[in-house]
Amino acid sequence: MRLYAAVAMSGFRRYATYRIATAAGVFTNTVFGFVLAYTFIALWHERPHLGGYDRAQALTFVWVSQALLATVSLLGGGFQEELQERVRNGDIAIDLYRPADLQLWWLAADLGRAGFQLLGRGVVPLLAGALHFELALPADPLRWLLFLCAVLLAVVVGFAVHYLVGLCAFWLLDGAGVAMVSQLLCLFFSGSLLPLTVFPGLFGAVARALPWAAMLQVPVDVLLGRHAGWGAAGALAFQAGWAAVLLALGRLTQARATRKVVVQGG
Amino acid sequence: MGERGHALRAYGLIAAMWIRSTMAYRLSFVLTALGNFAVSALDFVAILLMFSHIDALGGFTLPEVALLYGTTCTSFGLADLLLGNADRVGRRVRDGTFDQFLVRPVPVLVQVAADRFALRRIGRIGQGALVLAWGVARVDVEWTPGRVLFAVVMVVTGAAIFAAVFLAGAAFQFWAADASEVANSFTFGGCTLLQYPPTVFAKELVRGATFVVPLAFVNWLPALWLLGRDDPLHLPGWAAFCGPAVALLLLGLSGLAWRAGIRSYRSTGS
Repeated sequence: MRLYAAVAMSGFRRYATYRIATAAGVFTNTVFGFVLAYTFIALWHERPHLGGYDRAQALTFVWVSQALLATVSLLGGGFQEELQERVRNGDIAIDLYRPADLQLWWLAADLGRAGFQLLGRGVVPLLAGALHFELALPADPLRWLLFLCAVLLAVVVGFAVHYLVGLCAFWLLDGAGVAMVSQLLCLFFSGSLLPLTVFPGLFGAVARALPWAAMLQVPVDVLLGRHAGWGAAGALAFQAGWAAVLLALGRLTQARATRKVVVQGG
Repeated sequence: MGERGHALRAYGLIAAMWIRSTMAYRLSFVLTALGNFAVSALDFVAILLMFSHIDALGGFTLPEVALLYGTTCTSFGLADLLLGNADRVGRRVRDGTFDQFLVRPVPVLVQVAADRFALRRIGRIGQGALVLAWGVARVDVEWTPGRVLFAVVMVVTGAAIFAAVFLAGAAFQFWAADASEVANSFTFGGCTLLQYPPTVFAKELVRGATFVVPLAFVNWLPALWLLGRDDPLHLPGWAAFCGPAVALLLLGLSGLAWRAGIRSYRSTGS
């Protein structure tokens, strides 16, 4: 356990090193936040209460999404490329003979990264949005606590998805294609382009049940208080369920993959 | 031939080299090109989903928004293909490989622009062009030869403006090697901004996109003229025709910034 805590800590520190890159990321998230916020205002002006949100809630959706984009690595930029590269160039062999579990090792490092990015890249864009627009942020500390739990679970689900994609490199060597498809699904079905509640009919219902919904839509809805009382527990259970399933799938794939590792060289 | 011919030839050679390298993994290339198409298309799917609930956004109909979307995405895609990897300069400055560019007998700018030339980006251009074609066919505009020419010039001008922004972003990295993402807010962010009608945005934002970073000349001003609409800033009518001049000016400024950047470059020395 101490080992993984240390790995997480080093993940945190590793990303904290790049201060200018973090500032640049914050700037970009804020610019995108403004662009999207105005399009959402126009959309909700035409159709108030679209998707069950009022205008302030829709704007909150925009800004919380921008704040979480890096944390749950919705646009990539997490560990997945690194894992793929290590498989491709054979460094994965070093990871495999470490006296630690491969999946937990990467999970710990990714949690550390997410922790930093929540603080470093999440707070400022949300503040900028809150200063400029009227947002529906809750005053209830319990709601924020629930939100943090939902974010943690979102990060784990995101990790599990990216881990599976990363492991594909064992079979494909060049994982760029799979990574691209995964990124697409992530972009669209997490709700980062448009809230999943706006998706029509059955399509929307399916989208809201997929694992990507657990990465963004659910945490935002928890913060907005759309799941009252036990509903919030249900939302967290939905995320935890997907996390468990995907992590287990990752374990299975990992067991298969490591059986076929052939390390070349002397 | 002369210097310019040499530069173009060098660009072609470097690009061809990267294309050959890409084609070593053919399936991956097809997948990433399709992915590039699809990533871009998702933005339009989001717009379609919006229009499944509404008839007009900021007073613009779907074909009109498609025209805006198609022009900016095609322009952006062209610039992204031709020098989208210029934002790798920061990485090269950091790890010292930028020095290699300086000792080769090819203009540095050419090498930077063609660095890891990514043919998959034709996916985005194709997607933008498809939406543009649909928008052109559906908007209520009488397409005289003059208007068609105007639209073609608009797309080329837009590409030049985005190219200038890419170049400025690359130059900026000589001073802040880690800040490549700032450029994204003007390139990718700008492309997203221009997909929507200017009437959607606050006046200050439109003003900023007209006078500070003049992205409005990519498609807003010329497309508003094509559609016969007033622009929210009430600029004089000839503003719609200023695109090429603005593009040249911007390219000149970015070129100067690039030169200043190279001049201030000090190798990591290791």
